[in-house]
Amino acid sequence: MFAQITKRLIMMVPLLLGITLISFVVIHLAPGEPTDLQTQLNPEVSSELRERLRAQYDLDKPLIVQYGKWLGRLAHLDFGESFVQDRRPVAEKIAERLPVTIMINLLSIGLILLIAIPLGVLSAVRRNSLFDRFTTVFVFIGFATPSFWLALLLMDFFGVRLGLFPIAGLKSLGHEYLSFGRQIADVLHHLVLPVFVSAFGGLAGFSRYMRGNMLEVVRQDYILTARAKGLSEWVVIYRHALHNALLPVITILGLSVPGLIGGSVIFETIFAIPGMGKLFYDGVMMRDYPLIMGVLVIGAVLTLVGNLIADLAYAMADPRIRRR
Amino acid sequence: MYLFYILLFGVSLLFGCDHQPPAMVEEGAVAQRPDYGDTLLMGSIGEPSNLLPVLASDSASSDINGLVYNGLLRYDKNLQLEGELARSWDISPDNLTITFHLRNDVRWHDGHPLTADDVLFTYRLLVDPAVPTAYADRYLQVVKAEAPDPFTFRVTYGQPLASALVSWMFPIHPKHLLEGQDVTRSPLARRPVGTGPYRFMEWKSGEKVVLEANADYFEGKPYIHRVVYRIIPDPSTMFLELRSGGLDLMGLTPLQYARQTDNLAFKRRFEKYRYLDFSYTYLGFNLRRPLFQDVRVRRALAHALNKQELVDGVLLGLGTATTGPYKPGTWPHNPHVKTYEYNPAKARTLLAEAGWQDTDGDGILDRDGRPFAFTIVTNQGNDARTKSGEIIQRRLQEVGISVKLRVIEWASFIKEFINPGDFDATILAWTITPDPDAYAVWHSSKTGEGELNFIGFKNAEVDRLLEEGRHTLDQDQRKRIYGRFQEILAEQQPYIFLYVPESLPVVAKRFHGIDPAPAGIMHNFIHWYVPNDQQKYQR
Repeated sequence: MFAQITKRLIMMVPLLLGITLISFVVIHLAPGEPTDLQTQLNPEVSSELRERLRAQYDLDKPLIVQYGKWLGRLAHLDFGESFVQDRRPVAEKIAERLPVTIMINLLSIGLILLIAIPLGVLSAVRRNSLFDRFTTVFVFIGFATPSFWLALLLMDFFGVRLGLFPIAGLKSLGHEYLSFGRQIADVLHHLVLPVFVSAFGGLAGFSRYMRGNMLEVVRQDYILTARAKGLSEWVVIYRHALHNALLPVITILGLSVPGLIGGSVIFETIFAIPGMGKLFYDGVMMRDYPLIMGVLVIGAVLTLVGNLIADLAYAMADPRIRRR
Repeated sequence: MYLFYILLFGVSLLFGCDHQPPAMVEEGAVAQRPDYGDTLLMGSIGEPSNLLPVLASDSASSDINGLVYNGLLRYDKNLQLEGELARSWDISPDNLTITFHLRNDVRWHDGHPLTADDVLFTYRLLVDPAVPTAYADRYLQVVKAEAPDPFTFRVTYGQPLASALVSWMFPIHPKHLLEGQDVTRSPLARRPVGTGPYRFMEWKSGEKVVLEANADYFEGKPYIHRVVYRIIPDPSTMFLELRSGGLDLMGLTPLQYARQTDNLAFKRRFEKYRYLDFSYTYLGFNLRRPLFQDVRVRRALAHALNKQELVDGVLLGLGTATTGPYKPGTWPHNPHVKTYEYNPAKARTLLAEAGWQDTDGDGILDRDGRPFAFTIVTNQGNDARTKSGEIIQRRLQEVGISVKLRVIEWASFIKEFINPGDFDATILAWTITPDPDAYAVWHSSKTGEGELNFIGFKNAEVDRLLEEGRHTLDQDQRKRIYGRFQEILAEQQPYIFLYVPESLPVVAKRFHGIDPAPAGIMHNFIHWYVPNDQQKYQR
C-alpha cells in the first residue's frame, strides 16, 4: 500500500512538469501582454517607454528563459509576483481569495448532497411515479437555468422588493462593529442567495447519479435476500442498498476537490464575491502570467491529489478493491 | 466655494473676540452651515490596481487617488487651471521656466509638512528609468528641476511646452516615506499617504476601499465623514444595490437612465445628472487602403450616415453628434467646420464621381469589376460600439456598400488588427483631454507600428499646426491653431466623428451642495453634505 502511494506520488512530478510547460506555452501564445493595458492606445506612452516596461517584466527574453526562471522560483515554492500594477506576490493574492471560494463551494456541495441524495433515492424507489417525474423536471430546470439570470431575478425579488436578503458582497457595511456571533450571522445572511443559486444548478447531476446507482443496487441479489428475510422496506433501502449506492459518490467527491478552489466568474461577478473565479478571469484578461500559472499549478496539484485521495478512500471503503 | 470661505470668515469675526465656547458658534451659524457626518457609498466596477499614482493607470485607482492626493494644480469646475498645492505660479517671458509657489500650510496625512522637496522627489520618480510608470514622457522634456527654497519649485524646459502646466496636476508623492525604497514594493501602494481631503483607512481586496475625512485638510474638513468604494463588478447588480440602498452614487447606462429610473419611486430617492463625457467615438478609415484614399469616398460615407440616428438609437438620445476631436462647449472646439448632413442621394453622386457605380445590378457598387466591400472591426465588450457598427452597416448598405462587422477580444484586436494596420475601418473612441494637444494621434511621424496614428493620416499642414500648437502657450493663439486643425479634419474626413456620449451619474437625494458644471459633479465633493436629520450612517 505504502509503496503504491509513493509510486503514484513520484509519477505526479513529470505529469505536473508537463502540465506547467503546456500551460506556460499556451498562455504566451495568446495575443497581448501584461504591459499592454498600461501602454496600448495611451497617447502619453512612447515606444522606448514600452520597451523599458517590457524589459522590467523579462518579456523581452526568449520564452524558454522565462519558463526556466519561473520554474526556478517554483522549485522554492515561490509563485512570483503578479504582473499587474500592484505587483503583489501571487501566493498572497490567491491566499486572500481562497477561503471565500472554498467556503462557498463546501456549503454548496453540502447543500447539494443534502438535497440530491434523498431526492435521488426517493426517485429510484418510486421509479416512474409522479414524484419521480416532477423531480426530474425540477432538477433539469435547475440545470438549464442560467445562473446569472436566476441570480438577478432573486436579487430583485428578495433584495429590492422584499428587502429580505442583501444583494451583493459578503459583509454589511458596519460588519466590523458587530459581535462575533452577529458577524457570522451577517456572512451567512449574505451567503443564502449565492449558495442557493450555485447549488440549484448542481442538483441535477448528483440526484440523477444517485438515482442511477440506487436502481442498479436495488436489482442486486443481496437486496432480494434482505427482502426475503422479511426486513422492512426502510431497512432494506436505507441500510443495505444506500450504503452500496453511496460508494461511487466517493469518487465524484474526490474529483470535485480541484473544483473547490475554482470559482465561477459569472457567479462571482454577479454577487460581487471576491473569489478565485474572478481572480483568474481578471488575470487572464490582463495577461498576468505569474498569477495564471499560480492558479493553474494549484489546480493541477489538487486534481492529482484529489484523484489519489479518491482512490485511497474508495479502497478503504470497499474491501473488494482493497484486495486487488 | 469662495462664498463658503467668506461665510466662515464672517462667523469667526463676529464671535472671535467674545471668547464664546465653540459650541455656541456652531449653534449660531447652523442655519447656513452644512452639517458634518454620514457616509457616501460609491460603486466601482473595477478593483483599484495600485494606490501610488505613479504606478497606477486604471480609473478605479485614479478615482480614489483623486481624493487622497493633491497636485500642484487642478481644473476648476469650468475646466480652467487653478492652484491646488501651489498658491500661484509664474511663467518666464521666454515660456521656458515655470515657478510654482507652494502653500506652506499643507501636511501629509501622517503629520509631516509638505515641501518643495516632495515635488522634486515626485518629478524624479516620474523620470526614473527603474520606475515602471506610463507617465514619464512629458516629464522627460524637463531640462532642469529645482527647489530653491522649501516652498518654491521651478522647472525649465528645452522648448516651450503647452501641456507643461497641465502635467503638474499629477499627484505629489511623499518623499519622506518613499525615498531610497523600491517604489514597486512600497507598502504605500496598498496604504497610501497623501495630502488630500480624505485619508485612507482600509482596503479589503475585492470588497471595498474606505476613506475618511481629513480634519486637517488645508481647504477645510470635508463634510461627508466617510467614503466607501464598493467593488461590484456587474452593472446590473450595482443597479440593484443602488435601488436597495446599498449604494449612494454610481454611473448609469443610457438604458438605465432612460428606461429603468424614470419612475416616481426612484426620483424620490435619487437625483440624476447628465453632462457630456470626456470621450468621442469615431469611425476611422485605414488610409493606406486604396478604397479610402479618395477624399470623395470618405465624404460620401459621411453623407450616408445619420449621426443623430446613432445618438438616438445607441445612446437613447443621451449624447450629442460631433464633428471633431474636442468636446462641444469647451474652448478648443470649433463649431464652424464643414458638416455632412445625412443625404444618401448626395452620397451616391459623390461615389459615382469617384467611379463607383452598380454596373452588374447586384445592389453593390463596383469599379473595375471589384465591389465596394469592406470590414469594420471593433472590440468586444462595448455594446455601444457594436450597435453603432450595425446601424452604420445598414446605412451603408442603402447606398450600395457591403460592410461586414467583426467584433474581436481587446488584446487580439489591438495586436492583430490595429497595431499592424491590418484593418479597413474601425469603430473606437478616444478620451478628450482638456488640453487640446493631439500630436500622438494625428501627426504623420506617429504612423509606425503600435503608434496611435494607426489610420496612417498624413497632412503637412496638420503636422505644422500640431507642432506649433504644443509649443504655444497663449490660449487665443492655440484656439486659432486647433480651430484650423479641426477644419482640415472636417474637410478630409479621415475619421467620421460620430458622437460624444453623456456621463450619467446618479446620487442619493440626501446629499446636498452638488453643483453640476462642465467638469462634472465631483469637483466640489468636499462641500457636499447631508443635513443632520437626513444622515443615514452614524459611525
